[in-house]
Formats: sequence, structure tokens, C-alpha cells
Amino acid sequence: MIRLRVNGTDRSFDGDPEMPLLWYLRDVLGLTGTKFGCGMALCGACTVHQNGDAIRSCVTPMSAAAGSEIRTIEDLNKTGLHPVQRAWMQVNVPQCGYCQSGQIMQAAALLSKKPNPTDQDIEAAMAGNICRCGTYQRIRAAIKAAAEAKP
Amino acid sequence: MIEIVNVSRRGVLQGLMSAGALVIAARFYPESLRAETASRGTHADAATLHANLFVGVNTDGIVYLVAHRSEMGTTSRTSLPLIVADELDADWKKVRIEQAIGDARYGSQNTDGSHSIREFYPAMREAGATARLMLVQAAAQQWSVPASECHTDLHTVVHPKTGRKAGYGELAAAASKLPVPKKEELQFKTRGEWRYVGKGMPSYDLEDLCTGKAGFGMDARVDGMVYASIARPPVFGGKVKSYDDKAALKVTGVRQTVAIDPFQPPPAFQPLGGVAVIADNTWAAMQGRRKLQITWDHGANESYNSDQFKKELQETARKPGKLIRNEGDVEAAFAKGGKVVEADYYVPLLAHASMEPPVALADFRDGKVTIWAPTQDPQGVQETVAKAVGIAKENVTCHVTLLGGGFGRKSKADFVAEAAVLSKKVGRPVKVVWSREDDIQFDYYNAVAAMYMKAALDANGKPTAWLQRSAFTPITSIFDVTAVYGAPRHLQQGWTDVPFDIPNLRVENGPAKPAVRIGWLRAVANIYHAFAVQSFTDELAHAAGRDPLEYLLDLIGSPRILNLKDTNYPNYDASYEAYPFDTGRLRRVAEIAAEKSGWRNRKPRKGIGWGIAVHRSFLTYAASVVQVEVSDKGEIRIPRVDTAVDAGLVVNPESTRAQFEGAAVFGTSIARTGEITVKDGAVEQSNFDDYPVARIDEAPLHTNVYIVDSSAPPAGVGEPGVPPFIPAFCNAIFAATGKRVRELPLSRNNLSA
Ligand code: FES
Ligand code: FES
Repeated sequence: MIRLRVNGTDRSFDGDPEMPLLWYLRDVLGLTGTKFGCGMALCGACTVHQNGDAIRSCVTPMSAAAGSEIRTIEDLNKTGLHPVQRAWMQVNVPQCGYCQSGQIMQAAALLSKKPNPTDQDIEAAMAGNICRCGTYQRIRAAIKAAAEAKP
Repeated sequence: MIEIVNVSRRGVLQGLMSAGALVIAARFYPESLRAETASRGTHADAATLHANLFVGVNTDGIVYLVAHRSEMGTTSRTSLPLIVADELDADWKKVRIEQAIGDARYGSQNTDGSHSIREFYPAMREAGATARLMLVQAAAQQWSVPASECHTDLHTVVHPKTGRKAGYGELAAAASKLPVPKKEELQFKTRGEWRYVGKGMPSYDLEDLCTGKAGFGMDARVDGMVYASIARPPVFGGKVKSYDDKAALKVTGVRQTVAIDPFQPPPAFQPLGGVAVIADNTWAAMQGRRKLQITWDHGANESYNSDQFKKELQETARKPGKLIRNEGDVEAAFAKGGKVVEADYYVPLLAHASMEPPVALADFRDGKVTIWAPTQDPQGVQETVAKAVGIAKENVTCHVTLLGGGFGRKSKADFVAEAAVLSKKVGRPVKVVWSREDDIQFDYYNAVAAMYMKAALDANGKPTAWLQRSAFTPITSIFDVTAVYGAPRHLQQGWTDVPFDIPNLRVENGPAKPAVRIGWLRAVANIYHAFAVQSFTDELAHAAGRDPLEYLLDLIGSPRILNLKDTNYPNYDASYEAYPFDTGRLRRVAEIAAEKSGWRNRKPRKGIGWGIAVHRSFLTYAASVVQVEVSDKGEIRIPRVDTAVDAGLVVNPESTRAQFEGAAVFGTSIARTGEITVKDGAVEQSNFDDYPVARIDEAPLHTNVYIVDSSAPPAGVGEPGVPPFIPAFCNAIFAATGKRVRELPLSRNNLSA
């Protein structure tokens, strides 16, 4: 039996320990805000936070999620919108929007570690997140806006 | 041709609207149907058959607008209702958008070809203006004043003389009993009165998209559903010889396997066939599928190889082909001698790779199917699914989810038909999830294309003759297996309409037979045509020792309407009178992009280069200036792009800018690494490691978009940014390195010093 916390709720799982966290979140818990894009840690669509770090849930087996604290886009902020989400809306980042849960989770993790990221920090942190619609320049702008907006 | 009817009492928006609500249906006839519909049946018949949108004003003042086109990031779901809301003088905060199911009464719902706004702009305006006038008339009646003395002010009808006011909600019931006013009575807002059109609004779904709440096809769920992963024949046209599913069935969560029949040629949008693994969750289905032991009969395409095919295609392009357009006599001009320049260009097969892979949920019961799918074409889904499961298309209900990108892939319903076929066999709702590998290997690829270009230059370096020949695997081959030539609607995309003022000009097209499914990808044939024409123009400028911008403007010549009368030129299904090819507008975007970028003051030096290109597609004129930095090792950075756009009237400038920013990134992906290859009949690439797309550190750092203020009718914005970007990028690389890119992708070119 695998135990973990998802968005503040204790959960247990007794299925295949090899099942990636992504499919547990999506198919078992119905938390569909976390997306499937490649299944091979190549695109970042499935990014969630594990103990505060951005991870790729598509290659994180349930056995590796055991005992940890998982946070998904649905619960990025306890109340209202996270500063990153507000910045994303202000800059009008999304086009189709499919990649954006992952982008936002990645950016939120970056800002929690580096509140004032440089251009290089942003590139390094975000290079694993593909946006096929090509919203990258707005992602940069939104991360900067979120950094400035932070108290 | 548009007609508006009052359908308040027909219950069309039942469930959404309370009794007494005003509901207007606008029927829209495409040009091509005009003659036919004029003589057909009664108005009421026509209404229910052809209504393409509904405006509902509820008694509580909420305005419901039905979005009948799919949303995949271009904001058509927001921008079309915005036009209605503006003419209705509605408060956007009180507008709710409802996504339409697939239904022929809406007119065309196929969200493809960059024509949502263009095609529906007049209908949307009339629908809004009609509802507004009815509300005004209802108020005037109540107040016993002439309607002409009343006007609207944001969701309210006002009679200034008496100071009376009434909200739309209060008036809805009375308005719903009125006859629909004649078109001549409508008063459209003047440009200066527009609240939303031309100013734009963020996507209606913006907050949902930032909070994970937005519902994509991948997110569709219904009770009792099971998941499917399908092993498809690796070679196009192949089929299952035999299979062993013992190991697959042992995987925890796997329920059963189901064989899917191969398609009967022509393939069109039929499922490819194969073996499906049905399971309790996506992961179990994928694991089970990996454990299948399948022996394939690969069929006739087993010997197909991209390398070999490339050589054949290039040879074809060098030979005389079918005549597409001819002016003067190129051969006579070539015979006179002078400086002759020749070049071959090549663009490989390309995959769509939308972020959300194809996915669909189908529930077959009692001879009917309900679908939830990220489709660009819900009516196409109805047709394809109906055929696949042997029912009438009226018995297919297609709910359109948001699309996690489409780019043309999701207007083909093969993946939806798979779900329907499986649901019928399994007796439960089935969700078919394509892996990224499935998406890359079983796509409808953008055609592989070879272009041969030849020009003779006079003493000033100006062409006296221009010959262009192409060969590309035609999209029509999926509907007619014998098709080998480009269809007029694809040749028109930047080939037939080469816009240069050259006395001797000849356009040809040669045959090519594909061994994979060919389809349309964002900008389609414009991608390879613009690459060849605009790269060759740059080559000639350098051969002539001229500035590429000045030379390009010289070739375009004076402002005029291009005379294409003697060609087969569909003009993107728009009338040539309303949307002529105007070289003046083409010149202007090139000039604007150049000026804004600082083209004339640029200081090219080794490793830093600028390139320019211009192209008309989907009735929109676009030019890009791309700046690149290329290191000695051949690494490329794109610090800046300047794009000028003349798309006629632009409804939503903010989303239009976003589309052109995105197009530059899409073009970057095609140019840098876009290449699908086939070996022994099977596609070699499979995921973002071997089919890479541009990431944040590879994409242009900054793309500036300049929208030309225009009162011309609206044109496309989703696609036209892609074609000029790619040659502008490659021309910049030449300026930086002296290396001419004639074959895409760049990863095939050695750019190191
Ligand atoms: S789905 Fe996990 S990185 Fe792509
Ligand atoms: S917004 Fe469509 S993939 Fe990023």
C-alpha cells in the first residue's frame, strides 16, 4: 500500500507501483488539470510539485511518490489565484492552453526558489516545457511580471 | 447571404433559457449555395436547416451566444461571439458562450483554413444588430414612442426624450413576440461605435486555462468508461496477420483486446486498423499494448524509403511538368542567354505534434453514439463515425471539447472513429488515448516537396524569365489513391500566385505518389512554396548584388491587382472581387516590417544576419524580418523578429498578435528540426527527442507584430505567419554565414564556420 498526500489530502494506493503518478492523478483521482504530452519527461505538460520541487509526473512511478507531498495545478494556491496565475492572465499567455498547467507549475517552483530570476534562470528552468502554440515570449514576460508583483 | 429568424418559441436553447427569452437564429448560406437555397422550400425550412448561430437574450439579462467553431488557441470561440455582442451592444460581462455540438444547421463548422472570422463576420453582425433592433422595438412599443427615438447603451434601451430606460432582460419576453425586422431596417454600428471589435478581449476561457479547469478532449470522463491503447500497422496500408494477447491480458487492469479492421482504400479519415487493448486506466492500456505480440502484413509500402523518394522527387521537379500558369515565353528568354541562376529546394514530411495528442471518448448504445472529442470538424466526425459503425449520421452526437492544439490534425476524425468502433464492440464508453509515439507515427503529414527554380537576369540583375517547378505528395491522395498532381486549392497556396512582375513566367507541377497519409498542417502548401520562392528571390538579389528588400520590392513591381484569370485559382474560396491579390498591400507589409526592424540601418557582420520575406496566404499579407546570430559552432539564436500583417479588418488584435508570435515559433520548429522520414515503409521518428520542436531557448526571443490598420474585409490570422517566417529566417542565416539553406531542416545543414 502506497501512501501519499495530494493537495493536502491523505491518499492510499494499492495498484501497480510502477504506474506513473500522472495516470494516478488523472485517471484514478480525476485531477485532469495535469496533462499528458509525451510520457518521457520531454515536454513538461505533466509537471506537478513533489515536496515543493517541480517534477515530471509521467516518469515518476507511484513507488517514488510514496510518502511525499504532491501539489497539482488545481491546488496551486489555497485561496484565489497564485501570483503566477495572475501574471499569466495579465499577460494573456495561453493560446490553446494545454501546456499551461505544466508551465505554471514549473514557473511557480522557479519563483519559490529564485524570486528574481534572470533571463538565463528563466531559460534554464523553462527549457523542459514545450509550448507548441509558441507562447514563450509571453511566458518570459509573465514570469517577470509575477516576480515584480511578489511582495 | 444571411437570413435571421425568431425562434424564441421553438425551444432551440431549451434548458439554457427560461420561458419568454428572445432567441434569434441566423442562417448563413455560403456563396456556393446561394442559387440553390434561394429556390428551396420555405423560410422556416431553411432556418432549421441552415441556422449557424443562436443569440439568446434571457429574461434575467444574460445573453447566450453559441460558438459553433472549435477553439484550439486562435480565440475563434471568443472572437466570433464578440462580433455579435458588439452589434447587440451587450455587456460582455453578461455574455455566456456555449459550445455547439456538431450540427449541419450551423453551416460549416470545420475550423480550418483560417476562415472562421472571414466567413462568419457578416452573419455575426446581422444576428447582433437584429436582436438589438428587436429589443429597441419592444421598448418603443411599451413606451408608445417611435423606435427611431430610442437607442441602446450597454445592455439597456434608452429613450432620451422621456429619460426612460429598460434592461435587455426586461425586454426579452416582449421582443421574442416580434417579427424579425428586415435587413434594410438594421442599423449597424459605425466603426467609431464599436466597443469590442478591433479592440479585442482575452479568451473567454482564460482563467480556466490558467487554473487547470479547462476541459480538453483528454479530460473527458463519463461513468463506466474504459481506456484503449491501439497498436496500428507500422506501415501505411498494412494489416494484422495474427496476434497473441496472452501477456497483454495478464497486465493488471487490462480487460480485453479487440481487433480493428484495416481501412478500405481510399483511406480518407477511416481508422488504420490494428489491435486495441482495453483497460481500467490509460497506463494499464498502454502497458498491455506493449505486451502484444503482433505479426504484421506490411503490404505494398514496405519498400518505401524517404532517401530514395527524395531523389526521385527532385528529378521530377527538374523535368517539365503540368502547366499551371504561363506568361510570355520563358524558354525563348532563357535561349537568349544572360546570367542564369538555378536552385533546388526541398522540404520534408512534417508532423503536427499538437500538445494534446489525438484522443476521443465515445459511448455507443442503442444504435446511437455520443462523442466527446477535441475536433476541428464535428460534422466530419458525424460522417466518419456514422460510416465506421454503420448508423445514420443524425444518430451521432458530437460534443466539441477544447482542443490542445489542432494545426489541421484534428479535422480528421480517424481517432474519433476508433473510439466509436471500440465502444460498439466493448459495450461501454471507450476513451482512445494516442501516445505521443502514435501521434508522430500515424499522422496525416504535411507533404514532402521538391521545388526547382530557374531565372535569367538582365544586365541590371532583374529577371527576364522565371521558371518554377514543384512536385509534392498531394493531399487529395487520401481521397483518390491515383491522385499524383497538386490540386488547384493547394497549388494556389503561394505557387500559382507568385506575385512578381516578370514578362516571362512559367509555373509547373509534377507528379508524386505518397506512401503515407498526407494532410494539411498550419499553412499547408504555403510552407514549401514560400520557402522556395522567397529564398530564391534572396539568392537572385545576392547574385545581382542588390539589397534583398529593394530587390524584392522591384520584383513585386508597382501596386496592381494580380491578373490570375487564365489560371485555376480558387482564392481560398473567397470572391476575387472582394479579396483580390493586391501587390500594393504585399509591398506595404514588406516595407513596414523593414522599417520597424531598422532594416536600412542594419550592420551585418560575420555571425549576425538579417533576412526578409513576404507572402500572401489565406487572403492575408504578411512580411517578416528575422535577425539571427550564428556561432562558429553553428548554434543559432533568434534575438528578434518583426512581422507586419495586413489581414483586413482585425476583430481581436491581441489574439492576432499572439497568433503571429506563435507562427514564428512554429516556423522555427519547421526550419530547425522539422523532419519526418520513412524507412522500409515505417516512420522513423516517435517523440520530442527525435522530432524536436522549438523550446524557449531556441524560439525567437522577441517577435514584434505590427497590424496594418485596414478596412478591407477580414482575412485569416491563424496560419499566414508561418510561410514568410521560414524563408526570412533562412535568408538571415545566409546573411550571417554565407551558407544558403536549400534543404530543410537546418539540422541537415552544417552551419559551423
Ligand atoms: S508528459 Fe511528462 S514530460 Fe511530457
Ligand atoms: S498554449 Fe498551446 S501548447 Fe502551449
